Amino acid sequence: MLELTRITAGYDRRDPVVRDVSLHVGAGEAVGLLGPSGCGKSTLAKVAALLHRPDAGTMTLDGTVIRGWRHRAPREQRTAVGVVFQQPRLSADPRLSLRELIAQPLRSTGRRRDVPERVAELARSVGLSDELLDRRPHAVSDGQLQRACLARALVLRPRLLICDEMTAMLDASTTAALVAVVERYRAASGAALLAVGHDRVLLERWCDRTVRWDERETEKGPAGPVTAGGGLRPPAAPR
Amino acid sequence: MTDARENTAVPVLDVQNLSVRFRMRGGRDIAAVTDARFSVAPGECLALVGESGCGKSVLASALLGLLPANARTTGSALLGGDTDLLTIGERALARTVRGRRIGLVPQSPAAHLTPVRTVRAQLEESLRELTRARGSELPKAAVAAAARASFPEGHLDRYPHELSGGLAQRAATALALIGDAPLLLADEPTTGLDRDLVERTVDELRRHTDEGRALLIITHDLAAAERIADRVAVMYAGRIVEIADAEAFFGGPGPRHPYAKGLLDALPEREFTPIPGMPPELGALPEGCAFADRCAYADARCTGERPAFTAGLACHHPPTGRASSPSKESADA
Repeated sequence: MLELTRITAGYDRRDPVVRDVSLHVGAGEAVGLLGPSGCGKSTLAKVAALLHRPDAGTMTLDGTVIRGWRHRAPREQRTAVGVVFQQPRLSADPRLSLRELIAQPLRSTGRRRDVPERVAELARSVGLSDELLDRRPHAVSDGQLQRACLARALVLRPRLLICDEMTAMLDASTTAALVAVVERYRAASGAALLAVGHDRVLLERWCDRTVRWDERETEKGPAGPVTAGGGLRPPAAPR
Repeated sequence: MTDARENTAVPVLDVQNLSVRFRMRGGRDIAAVTDARFSVAPGECLALVGESGCGKSVLASALLGLLPANARTTGSALLGGDTDLLTIGERALARTVRGRRIGLVPQSPAAHLTPVRTVRAQLEESLRELTRARGSELPKAAVAAAARASFPEGHLDRYPHELSGGLAQRAATALALIGDAPLLLADEPTTGLDRDLVERTVDELRRHTDEGRALLIITHDLAAAERIADRVAVMYAGRIVEIADAEAFFGGPGPRHPYAKGLLDALPEREFTPIPGMPPELGALPEGCAFADRCAYADARCTGERPAFTAGLACHHPPTGRASSPSKESADA
């Protein structure tokens, strides 16, 4: 499904955050990528979500090599990937109601007619009431807003879903609820998942397979496909 | 630590019937906190847990006098047995309480620290304000203050954006400890940190507690609460629904309130099943038990009558009188 080969990426070509990293996510597979904060896993997630152009390396999605990058990859390819970030307050446009937030990807890809039905279906699935859908982000809780962000990520029926610390801000019950939504979608659609995070217990429970950013710390099973050839940059400051 | 815990005669903080209401436009009231009752003794850590939006942080803001102007508080919150935090007023809070008698460990240290000044400059400023250190003593005192929170001396001249999440957290903790306050109030101190850092942060907070301070930690991270707390208070829809000994709560008998049990069962290391539904709006709380429509034990009494908080529990169905597994029974029916 997703094949990252020897990816180098970052925000400064002389000092990349991700160096020479490879990662494979099979069709329908759920892979958890574990790493400490500051290791570069979010940057890799942005590359995998086709939102950040890598400096080197190749990336294939469903067997097609991603070409035509500008800052991001071409839209036709991006729409095959859904992404949910850690902080819903930063990723949700505060001017839009939750309903508009969920519907926007449909509108901008010219599928306006599908809006009412698809939004209703997703709202049911993530547990947002009609009344909540009409509110804007400031009037809902973090958990409710993240439910809307997940619905938005699923609205175009992505074949690959990327969850970057989707539940790090959330309580245990909301975490379990959102994971259940993702798994119901995957069971129905056969989509693949790349879940990025630091919570080992959560990702091991959720995913088919987990990959550690730092191979030396791998305790069980094979080392996994992340090969840090050039080594990964240590965090900016020792902790 | 055991000695300190037995010293419950004068709690550092004693909260009685604390309620917070926000008056909204159109005359609507939001009941953010209702009838909160708890106390924290020297050397003791009380963890206040609950999902986001349940009123935990509002409670913390009320104790520090940091609520917005449309908030009204009732009840009392006695600090050290003599000072009612809810009535002494902003001037006294600023001059004698914040930093001096209550140290705040903030939720987002990166946002709490002043971005344009180094950690050293911020420590020295707080030392000047809160202690007697002056002039030539300040540099030495700043290094000592940093050391108390295990902040490495070599990083003192960094700006907040140059610190990792863990170091920023320690810098904020160092600032909170400067006034040597008997009460530490930590509002979600581990949000966004990875597991190792969470453990290190709570272990350090535990160390400061063991030195005789009282610690009120507000968190949605149950694993962190389990690691640090002596007692746990569970909050739901603005009310404390259970207060229990941490050991009993996380281990042996387990939680007694169905909501608390649901929260624990949602953990990936346990059942990993969510509590159905979502919490009610604080502006439109039901007549009866606020958890009733999500609760497997709920009956007519629960929806009609709010359970009183007695013996550390607010539930019409304490564990002894419960059917063993209601969800299965209702599925069979």
